[in-house]
Amino acid sequence: MSTEPTSPPVEGAAHFVRAAFSNVSFVTGFATTVLIAAMALVSFMWTPYDITLISIADKQLTPSVQHLFGTDHFGRDILSMIMVGARNSIAVAFVAVGIGIGVGVPLGCWAAARGGWIDEVLMRFNDLVFAFPALLSAIMITAIFGPGAVNAIIAIGIFNVPVFARVARAGAMALWPREYILAARASGKSATLITIEHILPNIASILLVQATIQFALGILAEAGLSYLGLGAQPPMTSWGRMLFDAQTRMMGAPHLAIFPGLAIVVTVLGLNLLGDGLRDVLDPRLRRAR
Amino acid sequence: MSLLEIEKLDLSIGKFEILKGVDLTIEQGEVLGLVGESGSGKSMTALTLMRLLPDLAHASGRVTFDGVDILGAPEAAMNRLRGNEIGMVFQEPMTALNPVKTIGEQVAEGIRWHAGVNRKDADDRARAMLDRVGLPESKFPLSRYPHELSGGQRQRVVIAIACALEPKLLVADEPTTALDVVLQAQILDLLRDLVDERKMGLLLISHDLAVVADMAERVTIMRHGEVMDSGETGRILTEKAHPYTRQLAEASTHVPERTPLADGRSERPLLEVRDVTRDYAGRRRSLFSKPEPFRAVSGVSFALHEGQSMALVGRSGCGKSTLARMILALDRPTSGSIRLFGDELTTKSENDLRPARRNMQVVFQDPYGSFNPRHKVERLVAEPLHLLETQPSRSERRERVAQALAEVGLSAGDMDKYPHEFSGGQRQRLSIARALITRPKLIVADEPVSALDVSIRAQILDLFADLNSRLGVAYLFITHDLMVARAITDQVMVMHEGEIVERGNTASVLDNPQSEAGKMLVAASPDLERALERRRFARV
Repeated sequence: MSTEPTSPPVEGAAHFVRAAFSNVSFVTGFATTVLIAAMALVSFMWTPYDITLISIADKQLTPSVQHLFGTDHFGRDILSMIMVGARNSIAVAFVAVGIGIGVGVPLGCWAAARGGWIDEVLMRFNDLVFAFPALLSAIMITAIFGPGAVNAIIAIGIFNVPVFARVARAGAMALWPREYILAARASGKSATLITIEHILPNIASILLVQATIQFALGILAEAGLSYLGLGAQPPMTSWGRMLFDAQTRMMGAPHLAIFPGLAIVVTVLGLNLLGDGLRDVLDPRLRRAR
Repeated sequence: MSLLEIEKLDLSIGKFEILKGVDLTIEQGEVLGLVGESGSGKSMTALTLMRLLPDLAHASGRVTFDGVDILGAPEAAMNRLRGNEIGMVFQEPMTALNPVKTIGEQVAEGIRWHAGVNRKDADDRARAMLDRVGLPESKFPLSRYPHELSGGQRQRVVIAIACALEPKLLVADEPTTALDVVLQAQILDLLRDLVDERKMGLLLISHDLAVVADMAERVTIMRHGEVMDSGETGRILTEKAHPYTRQLAEASTHVPERTPLADGRSERPLLEVRDVTRDYAGRRRSLFSKPEPFRAVSGVSFALHEGQSMALVGRSGCGKSTLARMILALDRPTSGSIRLFGDELTTKSENDLRPARRNMQVVFQDPYGSFNPRHKVERLVAEPLHLLETQPSRSERRERVAQALAEVGLSAGDMDKYPHEFSGGQRQRLSIARALITRPKLIVADEPVSALDVSIRAQILDLFADLNSRLGVAYLFITHDLMVARAITDQVMVMHEGEIVERGNTASVLDNPQSEAGKMLVAASPDLERALERRRFARV
């Protein structure tokens, strides 16, 4: 008799959409994410005010009908800056997750497929990278190579690699002893081909969930780096940069810090909810439990 | 009054009718065998009398246990009953035990809960119980964890938990299906002794008529949620008055018709295995000591000729599957040589193995695990075509898949379905179709029918026999079930602790085994005819 749990039956896209949109976390997270992304996209074509427009006369205005979120110490519209800053935050997190998946997943799959000393070396190196707090090392990298958005992306990306390598390896390791993988090997398929055909589709869902979580962490890390002045440089702006500018004036004009801070909190919360929801929807065991 | 009386039990889950008018009684100290194929409702009957049904289930009828109306009893009363009055043994000892608790804790848990004794007394009783099921404290202290025990030992722990409170009724749902035949015989002996000793009633659920014929005084046969036949075991299974009983009995002793091919001994053998040994790295005892290697296969040699069907039998863990994997070049031996058509396989690179792989394919045990659930049948069955020198065109590929499906009794229209749309037996046909598509000369089948119901098993054995005589495929059948070996093979090898201890013609070896391991296997194998014979003698 079989001791393996039977694999989930394959369901159509329609079923997935139905299940997803009856999941509260997923819907909330999805709506928030879409909203933030839309805001970033709109900023390319239109913002309430030009963010390079300095008007000292309007400096540090509190929220009003003209300036919904108020203005900063140069008189720039904060709502416009948040919209433009979203671009930067999202781009950094997106590319960083891309680096993590692009490098980490192949490494993890390779380690799982080959085993032995390759696995050992890769995973111990992974542990080494993991051993340093990601933000601290990111600070180190940007400090060495100079501050800027590109270096921030690379720094955050590098620390996504071991996360995805581990998740991919764990998922792949659980699949390799399956009989259908053995049957594929008996059909003479190479490890690469088996990984592409059988392993990746079956671990895609866990990688997707991990990606949403890393995306949220990426936004936080970018904010952290920019806050320390190591991320986006003026005249470009980002949420972290705005917090950095706000910190000396926080007592007099708290709205300078409140709105970018809220933007970060809402985005990260939304992405985490999206990840939670996706996990519930994609994992048939959790779905049946409810 | 009987210990357990079930009258006109109907059960529906959602809109599906699971049980229809089931009647069943068990007396004190009696063993009742409940037999049926998968989906017949035998496990649901057991869950009903424990009232452990899923949320949407609705049961009606009458279930009385020791004077208590089970269906109407409040949950609190059921909690007192479960474990205390009715014990349950599950099929899968791997999942029936909590992996993070010691065996002592798990046996004592129920005692403390129901008997309300303190920890020390509960531990004492747990100790006595574990000793009774053959796990004496000197060798198996209470502080052991389930993963430190073998499958048979775990099942003993499960039985100890179920019997710790001396329940009046024990429900055993396929208690030995996950174990090999020797362990099965031991566990069945233990259950029988416990039942005799404590005058328990035993509801033994099984798909195996031979096991039930051996154990149960009375038998109830179910199909599609209805009782087909019921009565005294010897009479029911000898007279076979009910057509379904006859069908089951015939299926479980089914021997397919085969015409053994003319012996091609003069030619060089198809497969030649010489002195094959496989070591696995053992566990390191301390940081600096060298790990002691574990020898899974030790000095195995044999030859298999074209069209020959050979069985490799042995207990679980004896190295059968490791040997099979080495033959299939999925694993490399530590030493020794494996030749296919005189061609050494053990030193070849993956790329050079391709021609050899075309000639040998594999069928696995689990019809659920052997397909990627995300692919369609066409792609799954066509997978070995990857081995051909020239890749066939799409239409050619579909044609070959259709042909392979036809060969195993499926239709070409099944090509565009997903594996979950098929039943277990059909999936096993798919596995065979996949193995056949490159026209191999050798198929290695690792327990190919042990996960199937008896009637399906008979059909699949027929298919194997038919393919053997029609296409001349040679088989290496790995099994722990001697019935299967007898049904389908000419030659048999008995494997024990990594070594081949006996070999010869299937019939002569299984009728008159010479080695210790062979004798043990034959003695432990459940055999319907023998069991009925014994019953007849016992009655006279």
